[in-house]
Amino acid sequence: MNIDSLHCIGAISLLLTASISLTAQTPSPASGKKPATIHNNPGERAFKANCSRCHYAPESLSPRITGTVVRHMRVRANLSAEDERLILHYLNP
Amino acid sequence: MPKRPSIRYRLSFSKPRCLALAAVLLTSLVAQAQSAPRVPLISGGIGMFSSTYEGSTFMQPVIAPVLAAPLGPHLLIESRADLRGLLQQNNNIGPFHGSFTASLEYLQADYIANRHLTITAGRFLTPFGTYNERLTPIWIRNLQDAPLIFAIGTRTSGSSNGVMVRSNLYATRKISIDNTAFFSAKVSDGQFQSARAFGDRLTIYLPSKRLEMGGSFERFLQATPSEKPHRNSAGLHLWWSPWRSPLQVRAEFAHGPHAAGYWIETAYPLTQLGGANSLLGRLEPVFRMQQTFRITPQPGDGLPSADTQQADFGFDYHLPHEVRLNTSYSRTFSSTNGNIWDISLTYRFLFPAWKGAR
Repeated sequence: MNIDSLHCIGAISLLLTASISLTAQTPSPASGKKPATIHNNPGERAFKANCSRCHYAPESLSPRITGTVVRHMRVRANLSAEDERLILHYLNP
Repeated sequence: MPKRPSIRYRLSFSKPRCLALAAVLLTSLVAQAQSAPRVPLISGGIGMFSSTYEGSTFMQPVIAPVLAAPLGPHLLIESRADLRGLLQQNNNIGPFHGSFTASLEYLQADYIANRHLTITAGRFLTPFGTYNERLTPIWIRNLQDAPLIFAIGTRTSGSSNGVMVRSNLYATRKISIDNTAFFSAKVSDGQFQSARAFGDRLTIYLPSKRLEMGGSFERFLQATPSEKPHRNSAGLHLWWSPWRSPLQVRAEFAHGPHAAGYWIETAYPLTQLGGANSLLGRLEPVFRMQQTFRITPQPGDGLPSADTQQADFGFDYHLPHEVRLNTSYSRTFSSTNGNIWDISLTYRFLFPAWKGAR
């Protein structure tokens, strides 16, 4: 395998991933609209817009430390005060 | 007229007073911490990493605990350590021999001054690019090995000792702009190594597109025996995670005094095949392409010694209960070509620091 082959494999992988993504993004005629959950819950939207770009939500989260978790992530991810409030309410309603 | 007490007499009285004052302060501090609405947490990851390169295998058991302790509404203490063993053979034969290293990656006090500004003091992760601050936790990263250009902008240890100002300058539903500036002092010895440097990172994020772009700058202020001071590093990053797809695209470019390079990583969790908890939905193919260009030879700077290209192919599996299995194969093209096989198992933990009511 030489460097040209590596470039080919890289390009094919990127194109394949992009095509899968575009296929997945194409809404089916039956759906025709965005998933309702994304826009209905601003806390979930804030979580997906910020936190889940790096990691999944923890499977279990003690309500006692939810505030600390969100404060910790506000600092680490430069969250706005509004996003901190929304995510806190989403994780610990 | 009463006799003025001697210095010795006054000092003998000042000790209990000091002790009493310290006790009062400590009690009030503890009381404040206990009455605060937030409880300290212990989090982090435990992992076992194995890597094979050209027939040589080494294993690393790792514990990386994180502590976050809020003290009142404005102050937060955070810390992360990395306790790591290294098991390897001598000349690829015979029994494995072990060594142990421990490092303190950050121990910082964050003062949340207002809704826009946070001031951090202590030891913190150097805010250059995205990888160091976001993807170094062992349970987050998609691929076991850091990118080849990781050392650009984060030398000498990935951590800095000094002051950092983090600000969320402007945030709406459509756009968010944040800035992070820091100054670090030089520390040469022990667990707290850092370089004398300052830097800044500006990030623009479009939440409606989940598209982030940013630029980083660092000015290295200390000289080494073979280098002059005042050398600059700069970088650009781009992250994109479209709303309607689980696709993740992450890319960075960095240019330093000795080398330049880039990496592009794509991941696609197959969550659309039956949901995130299905057998196939837990699988996540990963691909990363990276390349470095050596400008000047500089041994010990943490960068490849010659121009290097590398492709990483990974399959990650998200098991239940916060356990994650990462596997990858990497092909390296450089002055000598090689294959890297990695496999790792990590567990993420998160719990309150102590029992009790809220």
